[in-house]
Formats: sequence, C-alpha cells, structure tokens
Amino acid sequence: MTTPHVESIIPGTGGVTVQNPYLPYPVRIEEIITETEDRNLKTFKLVFLNAADEKKFAYHPGQFAELSITGKGEIPIGIASSPTEKGFLLFTVNRVGLVSTALHNMRVGDIMGVRGPMGNWYPWEAIEGKSVVIIGGGFAFTTLRSSIVYMLDPNNRPKFKDIHVIYGARTPGMILYRDELAAWEERDDIHMHITVDATDDPTWKYNTGFVPTITDQKAPPADGETYAIVCGPPIMIKFTQPVLENLGYSYDHIIMSLENRMKCGIGICGHCNIGKEYVCKDGPVFTLEQLSRMPKEY
Amino acid sequence: MKIVKIDKKSLSADLDRLRETYRLFGPVKGPQYYDFQLLGPGQTPDLDFLNTRMSAKSLVYPQSEVMLDYSLDESQEDHHIMKESAQDYSPRAVIGIRPCDVKGYLLVKRNFDTPDYKDPYWVRNFGATTLVGYGCDEPCSSCFCTSAGSGPFHEEGLDVLLIDTGESFLAKILSEKGEKLAAAAGWDKRAADGAEQQIDARRQAAEAKVSASVETDRLAAQNSLDLYDAPFWEDVSFSCINCGTCTYVCPTCWCFDIQDEVRGKNGKRLRIWDSCMYPLFTLHGSGHNPRGTKLQRVRQRFMHKLKYYVDKYDDGIQCSGCGRCVRLCPVNIDIRRVARLMNSHGQGAVACEVK
Repeated sequence: MTTPHVESIIPGTGGVTVQNPYLPYPVRIEEIITETEDRNLKTFKLVFLNAADEKKFAYHPGQFAELSITGKGEIPIGIASSPTEKGFLLFTVNRVGLVSTALHNMRVGDIMGVRGPMGNWYPWEAIEGKSVVIIGGGFAFTTLRSSIVYMLDPNNRPKFKDIHVIYGARTPGMILYRDELAAWEERDDIHMHITVDATDDPTWKYNTGFVPTITDQKAPPADGETYAIVCGPPIMIKFTQPVLENLGYSYDHIIMSLENRMKCGIGICGHCNIGKEYVCKDGPVFTLEQLSRMPKEY
Repeated sequence: MKIVKIDKKSLSADLDRLRETYRLFGPVKGPQYYDFQLLGPGQTPDLDFLNTRMSAKSLVYPQSEVMLDYSLDESQEDHHIMKESAQDYSPRAVIGIRPCDVKGYLLVKRNFDTPDYKDPYWVRNFGATTLVGYGCDEPCSSCFCTSAGSGPFHEEGLDVLLIDTGESFLAKILSEKGEKLAAAAGWDKRAADGAEQQIDARRQAAEAKVSASVETDRLAAQNSLDLYDAPFWEDVSFSCINCGTCTYVCPTCWCFDIQDEVRGKNGKRLRIWDSCMYPLFTLHGSGHNPRGTKLQRVRQRFMHKLKYYVDKYDDGIQCSGCGRCVRLCPVNIDIRRVARLMNSHGQGAVACEVK
C-alpha cells in the first residue's frame, strides 16, 4: 500500500522535493504491551505502512517522535526502541491526557501516525571509548532502554567501557521492561542496579531504596572518563544531582533529557522554549553545564 | 531601479487588470478600524489610513489554517492516513501594506524558513505574495519603527513602494516580483526627473515625525540570566491581565497550537495562533507548569523579543516598531519602557521609573 502526497515541492528549496515536516508517516499498531500493574503504561510496537518510510526515519537513542492520532492530536514521546532493532518502533506511553488516553484505547491493527525523529540525542560520539552510568526513574526509562539496547548490540558493545544502570520504580509492579531487565541482570558486560522505593514482596531480590541512595552506593566514582545519563521525575533529579557532584561528576559529564509541552517538534511553534533554546530541536538532551546557563523553565 | 507615476484616477482600473493575475488584498475601512481584506472586483484599498488594527501577519500566516486532512471512514483504503490539505497558493498581492508589517514578515521568516526545516505553509504563502508597500507620511505617536530596524519608507522586503504625492502616486519598483506586478498593472509611465529626491524628502519628513524610540544597543551584551532574574519583572507584569492582545496584534508573534477537528467521518488538523500569555501554553500533562505565573509569561514575551531573538539571530530585535501592542494593551504595558529597563539593566535604572 502506498500513501499519496506525502511529499511536496516547497518554493525556495530549488525545486527539491522536501518532506512536509507536519505530515506523519502512517504506521500500524502491531503489538500493545501493558507494562505496569496500574495499567497506566503501555508499550506500542509500530510498523511503518510504507517500508521506505522506515529508512527516512533514521534515529539515534535519545531522540523522540510525535505520535499522531486522527481526531485527537499529537504527543511527543521518546523512542524506546533502538536503531539496532529493525522493522518496528517502540513507544512506552503514560496515560495522562487526551491523546495518550485515546492511544491507550486503541487496538492492534489500528492505523496511526508517527512524525520524526526529532531533537538531538545522547552524545554517543563523546561517550565512545568511555564508561556510562545510566540513572533512570519511573517511566522516564524509555530512551534509556533504547540506549542500553544500542550499547549492548554486539557491533557497539566494544565501543564502550563499563556500563552501569541504576533504575528505580515505586514498586516491583511499576517496573518497565521487566523481562529485559532480568536478562540484562544475567549478563556480565553490564552492571544492573534495579531498585524499588519500597516493597513487601518477599521474592524481590534486587535493591530497595530511592534512586539517589542507590546511586550513592552503586554508581562508579567519576574518573573524567565516565558519563552519567539521568532521566526521571523532577524530584529524583533534584536529589540525584548532588550525589553525582559528591562522586566527582563534572557538569559537562552529567547528561539530562528534558520535557516541555510541545506542538510542532521542529523548533517553529514556540511552545517548548527555555531561553533561546527549544527543547524539541536544540534538546531534549542537555548537559547540566548547559542547563546551568539556562532559565529553569522546565 | 525604476520609479513610475500612477494617476490616482486610474488606480481602480489598474487593480482590475491586476486581478486577472493576482488575488488582491488591502486595507479596508470598517465601522471602527481598518483591516486587510480581499479586495473584490472594482474595490480599491482605503489608503487614508494610519495603520490597520491587526497586522498583515494573517495574509501569510492565517489565524487558523488547515494543514492536513484525513478520513475516519474505515471503508476507505486510506482511512486514518493524513494528507496535505489543498490550499490556494496562486499569486496574490497586498496593496498598501506599511513597511513595518513587511519588516515583520522578514523577522518571522527566520523562524518559518530555516536551514533545517521549511514550514511549507508559510513558505508557500509568502512566496506567492507580492508586497506593494505604502509609505507612511503620518506615523503615530506610538510608532518607533526607525529604532526597530524599519522606518516609514523602509524598502527592505518590499516589491514596490507606493508614495502618495497628492494627485498621483509614485511607485518605486524594488524587485523582480515588483516588476512583474507593475507590468501586469500597466504601471509603465516613468516618473519625471527628481522623483527620487521627492521621495527622499518625504521619507526624511516622515522619519522626523517618528518621535518615539526603543533602546536596544546594550541588549546583546547583557547576560541573559541577569535579565531573567532582574527585579523589574514584578513591576512590569503587575497590571498584566494576560489577555494576549499584544501577541495577536503583533506582526512578529509567530507561536501556534496544533489541533484536530472532526465532523462526521472527515477530520482535519489545523494550526491556530497561540499566545505565550496563556497558562495552557506551557502546561505539562502532569499538571506541572514551567511558566505558571503571569510574571513568568510576561517576562517570556519580552525576553523572547528583546533578548532570546537577539542572541539567536544576532541581527536586531523581534519587533518592527509598529506600536500596535502599545496602542492596544488594555493596561498600558509599553514595550519601549520594558526595552529601556532591559537595555539599561545593571546601570542603576530603577523599576518604578516613569518617563
């Protein structure tokens, strides 16, 4: 099946065919996974209707896309799949508003749209040859999953030294990607530190405690050769940042991914600015060093 | 560059000739104010105006604009697949736009027509438009175009500049688009020698009448976070009622929302002007709002125009000096005063300064 009219000639581009950046690629929902016990987090596996669109959607771990639902609108969501996984895209979506609720009510086989990839990504070139500690909390683990799968790919793993992952959720039932986390626990080329805030589950065999505490106990000390990638709710970030500073991480080695209300996703509509930067186009990934020179409007 | 003379009495016939090629827009006098409208057959623009109530922004960037269409009818093969909406991008001309509004187009062009992304709707609309500017002999007391990179006879971005000399117009042809339009209108009667000097004298007289100004020389050198944390925002924003009027009348406010509308089985995705004055503009799904207070929103608007834009493009402020926000703000917030506070910050200026 082909889609008519996805491309158009725009004046001023020398007659070159340019993709309309507002036009989503049509995709089909291939699989829906309910991730958490509260059923508020579902992962959607999407397949492009036109195979050629997958090539155009070349992305890096850390980027996001606008998920588009007819009659409802769009939401910016981090890409949870890794570019090393071919043939589909994964998005894990928390149900909060109009579009995410509509998406949660959709079924396998339904047609929707994806626009992107958007934004910058984690600084993979700078990280190459270095160690990484990934620190995630709650449902902000999606682009971190992408990053872990990407780094663990046999072609990529030799490019990185030690990989540590600190991931916390409120309860065992609120943990995303449970099977994959368990599989990573079994590997010897990645150090997993999974934690929950609290649990009375006697079978829980991992850590208990908030992410900043576990970071303090388990994160490798900074050696100038280790990058920390931090994603989580504001309260987690607030208390993790001083821990990392204590461990000696410099601001330009602490990498964060931000969210702001967005519409266009391409730096035009004006919604998501922080100072002169647009989270959608100049971000969402910023170093703490960059953020220290920006207003706290996120 | 060519200057032609146009007999005022023949303007109506000239415009009729133009209508064979162009859709014409111009200022039209309403019950209370002037606004840009499509000029129907035989209709001429009302050129006895000072300036229009709303800027000419909507001629290139309509307040609401359909971007995409789709069908929800699952019996259709392409159901739920979005398509670019068919729009009329045939040639159009704006007759009688003030140079400040043309400057506004050039300032927002940097946002819509970038090296990374071309906004297809804005770029096509702008490309289809020929701009016949109208020299401003009587600037308003609230105008400050000459210190905002524009001016009453500013030619930048114009295709033709019309000058009223009493019984006739002089038309300065400024671009290839302008030449095409002049040819289509039959504007080929060369003006007498001295026309250039005549225009220059009018320009200087008009510029001398622009009594207000905006201070911008130190904005680029100011530290962004210092300005952000400046104490005067409390005072500047105190009376603001967040009505958004300033953003709607502004020729350079470009922010928009994207919304879906469905009727029966047919849906469309539109973009609609939005305003950073509204709390919803930045509200997160979680309920968190990075600009939840009006101080934060008022500061955002002025910081964007007078600092973020200055830093991002290094070529002046995001303001053409048209003065509409000054004239129409219901609580008299004045961008010229805010610019002075920002420009002189750190030099002993006080927030309660009244001048």
